[in-house]
Amino acid sequence: MEAQEDLIPEADVEPSHILRWRTMLAVPLAAAFASGVHSLFASKESPIETHSYTLLFGEVIGVSIVLALMRRFSRGLRRWMASMWPIFTAAILTLCVWDVITLGFRMLPMPYFPGPSAVLRSLINDRTLLLDSTWHSLVLLLSGYALGTLVGLVSGVCIGWSSPVRYWGMPILKVVGPIPATAWIPLAMVISPSAIISAAGLIALSVWFPVTMLTASGISNTRASYLDVARTLGGGRAYLIFHVAIPAAVPNIFIGLFMGLGASFLTLVVAESVGVKSGLGWYVSWAQGWAEYGKVFAALIIMAAFFSTIMTLLFKVRDRLLVWQKGVIKW
Amino acid sequence: MVAISEREASSLVVEKVSKSFPAPDDRLTRRAVLDGISFSLVAGELVSLIGPSGCGKSTLLRLIAGLDTADAGELLIGDEPIVGPNAERGLVFQDPNLFPWLTVRRNIEAGLAARGVLREKREEVNEFMRLVGLEIFANAYPHHLSGGMAQRAALARALINHPKVLLLDEPLGALDAFTRMRMQDEVLRLWQARATTMLLVTHDIDEAIYMSDRIMIMTPRPGRIERVIPVNLDRPRQRNSDAFLRLRSDILNFLHLAGTT
Repeated sequence: MEAQEDLIPEADVEPSHILRWRTMLAVPLAAAFASGVHSLFASKESPIETHSYTLLFGEVIGVSIVLALMRRFSRGLRRWMASMWPIFTAAILTLCVWDVITLGFRMLPMPYFPGPSAVLRSLINDRTLLLDSTWHSLVLLLSGYALGTLVGLVSGVCIGWSSPVRYWGMPILKVVGPIPATAWIPLAMVISPSAIISAAGLIALSVWFPVTMLTASGISNTRASYLDVARTLGGGRAYLIFHVAIPAAVPNIFIGLFMGLGASFLTLVVAESVGVKSGLGWYVSWAQGWAEYGKVFAALIIMAAFFSTIMTLLFKVRDRLLVWQKGVIKW
Repeated sequence: MVAISEREASSLVVEKVSKSFPAPDDRLTRRAVLDGISFSLVAGELVSLIGPSGCGKSTLLRLIAGLDTADAGELLIGDEPIVGPNAERGLVFQDPNLFPWLTVRRNIEAGLAARGVLREKREEVNEFMRLVGLEIFANAYPHHLSGGMAQRAALARALINHPKVLLLDEPLGALDAFTRMRMQDEVLRLWQARATTMLLVTHDIDEAIYMSDRIMIMTPRPGRIERVIPVNLDRPRQRNSDAFLRLRSDILNFLHLAGTT
């Protein structure tokens, strides 16, 4: 067979990780160090906060020792440890520095910058409310995002494909699109009876613009020769749109989806802190109202985990859908 | 091997066809690319079209494919006038233009899917994959293929609709010399197996002599058929036979490309 060797080898490009002793020991040592540093200042704090914070590090040490013992049995585990342990170590040391700056030497004004142990305590104490807020945020975000994506895809395909629609649609898109969705809040609160519905609408609006823009440009930039080939293969208009133009536009569409996701986080948090009476954005401003900054930080940590998980999921979906691009484009 | 043995080629007639485009520097004047060009292909014939770049060869193929419309003149497949693109006229470009988001197999069956007949004719897909020797790459994506393999997939994709005429726009132009010679045999094999009428646009004089029944030489601005040369050599042809080389030197002389004397 001709040119079999032209097949790009599927082996991954990253060098295989070797798990060194010093890497393996870094996590438990850092945890023990941070715990020790904390105990130096612990007298300044209530014992319950110190207790859960020290317990956390105890768990980190315990788990890292168990994993170190288990590493013999799994190559995947070794690999994961080798790649993640330096980052975990850095994270633990960052906590330690934060502890020293806030609780230790009180270098930042209180009560705005509580120490990590106080934040952990808020996280544990308020877990039901935080979970509930996360759930409400998730529902609101997903409904707005889904609506915006759906409308954005339809309008993007229409604008990208049909010249008359482009003529009339593009000015609207160019004038209305760049207005930040949050700027509509005063109007949205008047128009809609329910704050939740108007918030979902605003999130949808903030997603709609980038998705439409990028979908339209992806569709209209479909290589003309792909369309020519499809025509000579007997493809009708539906085939050209759904089997040529849209697949060709998918890489662009995903850029729009990522931009829209970022915009939707922003809109979600702002909408929740001004109108909606639930969700993480509301929780933050509520905790701020009571000057409970430990809770503010706790909510920020949850938000970070929440948003980055959603972002990661979207990356996974993209990687699956764009498997045909593997080795062509990296971003 | 039903699909491959049936003979379904058709004649192609191009009668006094003209086509002009707006000049790129001045939108008001139109520049004639083709001016009353006429020729015809017998059913099952393989004819080459050679000529310098910009002489309107690709424009002509686009008109026959139905992707553009002629300003004047008549284009016929058998007795039927050409209106718009259709699966009965296949087109293969220099760039294989495989859809990168489809696997090799899905690319080859695209013509069946586009016409909505994939379900009935799924069997043929295997046949055409075998015909171009790509069975083991069925599930590979196009970016994994070498240039020659990609072009074979493009040929199979064009042939699966059993086109009455296959238009080839410098299909081997981007391949290296060795792959190109092997692919010429490949195309000849497909032509003989499928007995399709083929119109081959090429820059390569050797390729034209090696492959075609007749060679049409085009001159540019406006494009006209300057001369038609029948190639009366027995197949399979020898690239280094005296008759081959004599014909080659005749054509080079005609084109004033033999070299400075």
